[in-house]
Amino acid sequence: MLFNNHFSVLLIVLPLMAAPICVILRNPKASWLVALISNLIIVLLSLSLLSHVLNGNVVRYELGGWAAPTGIEYYIDGINAVLISIVSIISLVTLIYSKQSIRKEIATPRHYLFYAGWLLCLTGLLGILITGDAFNVFVFLEISSLSMYMLIALGSERRQALVASFRYLILGSIGASFILLGIGFLYAATGTLNMSDIAERLPLVNNSRTVIVGFSFITIGLFIKTAMFPVFSWLPNAYQFAPSAVSAFLAGTATKVSLYIFLRFFYHIFGTDYSFGNLLLGDVLLPLAVIGFFVMSVVAIFQTDIRRVLAYSSIAQIGYIFAAISMATEQGLTAGIIHIINHAFIKTALFISVGCILYRYGTANINQLNGIIKTMPWTCAAFIVAGFSLIGVPLTAGFVSKWYLVSAAIDSGWWLIAVMILTSSLMAIIYIGRIVEVFCFKTGDATNSLKVKEAPFSMLLPLWFLIIVSVYTGINGDVVVDMAKFSATQLLDSLPSLSNSIGNPL
Amino acid sequence: MTIAIDPIITILPPLAVIPFIVFFGERRKNLREASIIIAACILFAVNFSLYQQFLDGALLQSQKFTFFNGLTLFLKGEPIGIIFGLLASFLWIVTTVYSIGYMRGHNEAHQTRFYICFAIAIACVMAAAYSGNLLTLFVAYEAITLSTYPLVTHSGNAKAKRAGRIYIGVLMGGSIFLLMPAIIVTWWLTGTTDFIAGGVFNSISISPLLVTLLLCLMVFGTGKAALMPFHSWLPNAMVAPTPVSALLHAVAVVKTGVFLIIKIVVYIFGFDLIAQTNAAEILLYFAAGTILLSSFIALKKDNLKARLAYSTIGQLAYIVLAALIANVRAIEGAALHIVSHAFGKITLFFCAGAIMVASHKTLVSELAGLGRKMPYTFTAFLIAAISIIGLPPLIGVLSKFVIIEGIIDSQYDWLIIVLILSSLLNIAYLLPIPFMAFFKEPQSIEAADSTSQSVIEEAPTACLIAICITTAGCLILFFQIEPIVHLLSLIETTSTTGVGG
Amino acid sequence: MVEWLALYNDWAVIVIMMAGFYIMIARYNLVKKIIGLSIFQTGIFYFYVGLGKVENGTAPIFLEPKVIDDSTTNIAAGAVEQTIIYSNPLPHVLILTAIVVGVATMALGLALIVRIYEKYGSIEEDDIQAIDNKFICQLDDKK
Repeated sequence: MLFNNHFSVLLIVLPLMAAPICVILRNPKASWLVALISNLIIVLLSLSLLSHVLNGNVVRYELGGWAAPTGIEYYIDGINAVLISIVSIISLVTLIYSKQSIRKEIATPRHYLFYAGWLLCLTGLLGILITGDAFNVFVFLEISSLSMYMLIALGSERRQALVASFRYLILGSIGASFILLGIGFLYAATGTLNMSDIAERLPLVNNSRTVIVGFSFITIGLFIKTAMFPVFSWLPNAYQFAPSAVSAFLAGTATKVSLYIFLRFFYHIFGTDYSFGNLLLGDVLLPLAVIGFFVMSVVAIFQTDIRRVLAYSSIAQIGYIFAAISMATEQGLTAGIIHIINHAFIKTALFISVGCILYRYGTANINQLNGIIKTMPWTCAAFIVAGFSLIGVPLTAGFVSKWYLVSAAIDSGWWLIAVMILTSSLMAIIYIGRIVEVFCFKTGDATNSLKVKEAPFSMLLPLWFLIIVSVYTGINGDVVVDMAKFSATQLLDSLPSLSNSIGNPL
Repeated sequence: MTIAIDPIITILPPLAVIPFIVFFGERRKNLREASIIIAACILFAVNFSLYQQFLDGALLQSQKFTFFNGLTLFLKGEPIGIIFGLLASFLWIVTTVYSIGYMRGHNEAHQTRFYICFAIAIACVMAAAYSGNLLTLFVAYEAITLSTYPLVTHSGNAKAKRAGRIYIGVLMGGSIFLLMPAIIVTWWLTGTTDFIAGGVFNSISISPLLVTLLLCLMVFGTGKAALMPFHSWLPNAMVAPTPVSALLHAVAVVKTGVFLIIKIVVYIFGFDLIAQTNAAEILLYFAAGTILLSSFIALKKDNLKARLAYSTIGQLAYIVLAALIANVRAIEGAALHIVSHAFGKITLFFCAGAIMVASHKTLVSELAGLGRKMPYTFTAFLIAAISIIGLPPLIGVLSKFVIIEGIIDSQYDWLIIVLILSSLLNIAYLLPIPFMAFFKEPQSIEAADSTSQSVIEEAPTACLIAICITTAGCLILFFQIEPIVHLLSLIETTSTTGVGG
Repeated sequence: MVEWLALYNDWAVIVIMMAGFYIMIARYNLVKKIIGLSIFQTGIFYFYVGLGKVENGTAPIFLEPKVIDDSTTNIAAGAVEQTIIYSNPLPHVLILTAIVVGVATMALGLALIVRIYEKYGSIEEDDIQAIDNKFICQLDDKK
């Protein structure tokens, strides 16, 4: 596929430029089109980047032609190339979906702001993924977070959305500040901000307290950002009250990108041996992860709003991923990355289908959606398939994830963890089964249901695209597994030093 | 040179008929059901030709489809699977005939959905019957659970939904929680999930404890085999329409469960490993306990279908028991019992359904005197009951005989007592039903309520035809058992190369 | 003891950060929370500023060497220059970015508070919670 080193910077410049254009245009349709076209180009660029990286190349781009430790470097290997593609694809898909869905949720004069915010958010997320500079990570993290707060505040249930957004703002800022502080400590210890450079110099100062303090601050900051078990409280409200397109986008990308930062810092910069061997990160991570997915699955069972069920399930899935990551083995890391990829598609699909229901019925309360499969068969079918995937039924993407998670746990000798993962899957049967039962087998309010039609085609199209992707990756699991394995081996190797930098693009 | 045939052709007819079912829909019922019967006949013909090709030495194997990370899905024919495939496809024809009468007689709603799910379930059963490795079988097993769930909750009332919850919970919970980890561990230990004659654990050393654990996980995880304490879904699933109870919950679904157990005993563990490690002993107690307990519970059940369901649990435990004894003779007995119980129990369920359609009676105690009104139905019931009990000249006696032979070959002689005791119990809970229907006068109160009595007639013709066919099957197979026995003798139990035939 | 006191700037950072953090946790007033957040972030800014300080260093402005027209004295001029110590400008530059981010966060937060006040008529978190709970109860009653 056509590839040029400049593609990496275009990924960020494009949405960053497109956002003000949206604001200038002020027209809902035009700004949607701008967002869509720029996003489409980003998808193509990211796919070309992905195929380039999967061939074994590592992209190192010197921003503005300034050589690395001084200038900012963009560093792309397996894991971020994969995630860049996923983020851009999910953004594109949800953007297509958003056109219809925000009509009922956001006042038309604000639509252009929505798209501008969306593009900025995309910029931030892609920036986090692409950059090889630790401080840059913080900057992009804040760009994405700030636009995310704004997008959430646009939510349909305006009042609660505002409060949800505010709470997220407070917690998110604390998290980001912790990360900033941690990066500052790293800088104090090593005198550099370039990731490869830090990785190279850290072993010399490994035992200093500065590094350990920096390590802890980054860990806690990332816990908040990824909605790890004890510090997840921002997530359910944010997902429930945000506009449905935003929750779909967020669920697929936001926490995944924070997970990427986690992987990059603790596997690459600090090094696996240091993080998990010396500082026993695994010992902290594992119990929290296990309690997380277990408790959150239980909590999900007792929610009445479907979006909340999905939100708690998301936190549980983060727990799975952290459990897998904390094994610090190639198997475990592979399992974690597979689940990051698969869950991104599944959860987005689920949120979109709930969004479709919300669009037609104006509620996602489980008690008011009896028998809607009769009126919205395609939406419900998509929800059911994605739900199966969440449970881990064979021939869906979730099965591949579960298989890998369990076999990685067994491989590490963690039999109990394997049992816990499976128990938690049983709970997924309950909370998904409960919703499916309401959809299919409860007799609906006849007068209500006759008026309602199936969701518009432009909403079903993205939904079914995601479903097909997740079923395809379930049947032909090797696609995802190979990418994940590739990324995992790269993550477990130490970061290549700057001197190996591949040519100057200019 | 051997001919290679892809068993995937067995999955196609049931799937191919779905568009027709949807197309004809409720408006052209006759065409819809005709298309199903045609598909069922084609399916049986396909299965039969596969059987003949297998005898001629053809290789029944599909392309290997790589799932992920070296895990493959593929189909492969072997004797037990072929028997299972033949059985399920033949009984699908009969059941379709029967359900025409039943569903119309009962005026059931959502008939199109019913037939579609039924066809999907049959396709999955075919995939299970011809599965080439444990993973394929597992996938098919899960697919069967999911496709039959709408059939269980068919009526949509609170009871059906509760049953559906238990159904999904026990079957899927068991398979994900117990069976799947066992498969993963097997794969992790050996790097394969293929069915290999003589077992897959030959090449590695494995502790007896782990073997026992794995076997227990697999057997209990196979909730469809309804081994106590994982049986509760089966009586609950009886809320489904009777054709579903008949074909799926007496034949296809539950037999997939025991089929899976037979397959893992023969092809995953191998007789030698089970004999060396004594892994199956604890499970034998469970199986024996299930046989006796379920019979006692059946005695107590007044609801006819519930009584039959508990009887099914007991009979399934026979098969599990025979499989776990793990010698050639017992496995043959297990496979034979799949066939014999299928014919017997499907007839009983057909009769129960016919009684329901004709008289709307579901309790055993209400049946007094009905025998004279529905003579064909109750005669068939009697014959099938005798077959289940195991008296000549019906097929039931053969399978029980072979199982007992297997037990004698093994070290677990005490199991014979269990079997004999259970046969007595079978008599106690099955025979009173036809006797009561024939010889007991209707109770006085009901006799006074003559309006309801006089309306009762013999069941719909379609139902009767189906009942006659399966009853005849019980009889004919007693004399024509030779082909099945011959096929079973081709099972490879030791690790040799090549395929059967 | 002297060592501890020598880290006075770090102590200041910690005190400021914790003060901000405490306000965020302990106060229900949303504006005060934002103020707390701002103070918290300011603590981090101080940390970065302190990071770049080099003992006796001057502002990192490149001083023209006093060049005498005579070409032979160039070497001497260079020698004079080497005695000038610069502070590290990089953390300061970085924190400039972070300050901008902080301002943006505060602006967004305050904007949200204005909206919340419009909708709820209160900016006390416990009031808002109570209003929301009441709303949910009403919804349940309707069912």
